[in-house]
Amino acid sequence: MGVRRIKPWVFAACLIPLGLLVWRGFTGGLTANPIEFITHRTGDWTLRFLLIALAITPLRRLTGWAALASFRRMLGLFAFFYVVLHFSTYVVLDFFFAFDLILDDIVERRYITAGFTGFVLLIPLALTSTQRMIRRLGGARWRRLHRLIYVAAIAGVVHYYWLVKADVRLPLIYAAILAVLLGTRLWFRFAKSAQKRSRVVSPTKRSGDVAADAGTVG
Amino acid sequence: MLIKQAPDIRSSEITDERLYRNRRQFIRAASGAAVGAVAGATVLGQYDGALHAQEPISDLRKSPLSTDEDPNSYEDITSYNNFYEFGTDKGDPARYADEMTIAPWSVRIEGEMHTPAADVDIDDLLRPHTLEERIYRLRCVEAWSMVVPWVGFPLGDLIKRFEPTSKAKFVKFTTLHRPEEMRGQRSRVLQWPYVEALRMDEAMHPLAILAVGMYGKTLLNQQGAPLRLVVPWKYGFKSIKSIVKIEFVEDQPRNSWNISAPNEYGFYSNVNPEVNHPRWSQASERRIGSFFRIRTQMFNGYADQVASLYDGMDLERNF
Repeated sequence: MGVRRIKPWVFAACLIPLGLLVWRGFTGGLTANPIEFITHRTGDWTLRFLLIALAITPLRRLTGWAALASFRRMLGLFAFFYVVLHFSTYVVLDFFFAFDLILDDIVERRYITAGFTGFVLLIPLALTSTQRMIRRLGGARWRRLHRLIYVAAIAGVVHYYWLVKADVRLPLIYAAILAVLLGTRLWFRFAKSAQKRSRVVSPTKRSGDVAADAGTVG
Repeated sequence: MLIKQAPDIRSSEITDERLYRNRRQFIRAASGAAVGAVAGATVLGQYDGALHAQEPISDLRKSPLSTDEDPNSYEDITSYNNFYEFGTDKGDPARYADEMTIAPWSVRIEGEMHTPAADVDIDDLLRPHTLEERIYRLRCVEAWSMVVPWVGFPLGDLIKRFEPTSKAKFVKFTTLHRPEEMRGQRSRVLQWPYVEALRMDEAMHPLAILAVGMYGKTLLNQQGAPLRLVVPWKYGFKSIKSIVKIEFVEDQPRNSWNISAPNEYGFYSNVNPEVNHPRWSQASERRIGSFFRIRTQMFNGYADQVASLYDGMDLERNF
């Protein structure tokens, strides 16, 4: 099945968490503290979408299925979509624009500081996600800018870890997954530079291999 | 240090009644009619040796110490609980607490006292006491709050019965430890069993009660049945649940949350909007069932009654 055919389905699937929240809203499933529930759920899905988006490149390298890359932008934008919902819930529903209290929170509460940092870092990524912005920035600069997602994801997991009172098991699971996803990138980078070095010292390698390697960079 | 009394709430800060009602309607509509789920709780009143009396007892004594604020719904109070012995999710206690056996139940009373240490059956423990209704604000350290119509009796009355000696400076409480029935205890989220303590004068304060019921019915397990502490001027975690041991001790015990994170939870844990928790501002709170945050009051609004207990104490250091 072609990517073009699958994409709408993936898009719809990404909206399921929001759909479930709305459904719970109409059927009384939001608990006695609906605002807290919505805050937690949108936060969970922000982290999950960040991890899913970060899993695309390692999966592509592992499976060789190049078409996977075309889902990366959509998944990243869904992470942004859920973080906007998360942040709006906090500002509007939780604090109802009490900016004095919000500012105090951002400065004083370290888990809010971390979460807010992650949110702010995702904004330029969402803004430069269009084809036109990629062209305008140029591939290299665009890629460098979008490495911010690593920092944002780390900030997100730290935010979660600092938030929980005593039971850190779930935050640690997120942290472990993130560590694996970031670790594979380091490993690939290391492997690639080792390859390059070996290429320099082994002139027997045919030029065709080099061209093939260049095609997989991304 | 001076204990500042919270200023009266300015009328501009009070939510407009219409908004408030609409909000309640919205929430009520949104949270559906799960009221049917409350079946099974029994009704009690003046204690007559039958803790599980089926008939409602109409002459439950009212107390001048009750607040006149609207209590939260039975459904909200019994479905949104922190009771880590059953899991860390707010819904876990309601889901799993019925795995705990509460009959038979006895409470070990021991320590610095003139009467001999004893395992007292819950019925014998409650028999001499007159139950009354106490409608209290409950403020969780997580910055949410409720109003709960407890049924209980003054902790001080029970303490007097067992005649603590002059060496008894603190009263220490312990929760049931039974991992096979309390699934949360199978992981070391906190050090089990859960322990809490009060200074003797705090424990003797008329606001401190032992509760056995709510809304005129016996407590559900997720609320800490069959016997729990309620100390309304302190954060909720001080009000220890499902008590199996009460000890009179000379040295200040360490409470479970203090052992878990000493820089976040102190021994006193009095509600104090001026001393922030590293994770939550304590300046405001969300009353469950209403939309707008309200300002948190010193000692959870009980400053007139309890502030004198802490005269001359630095409450920032003794948080």
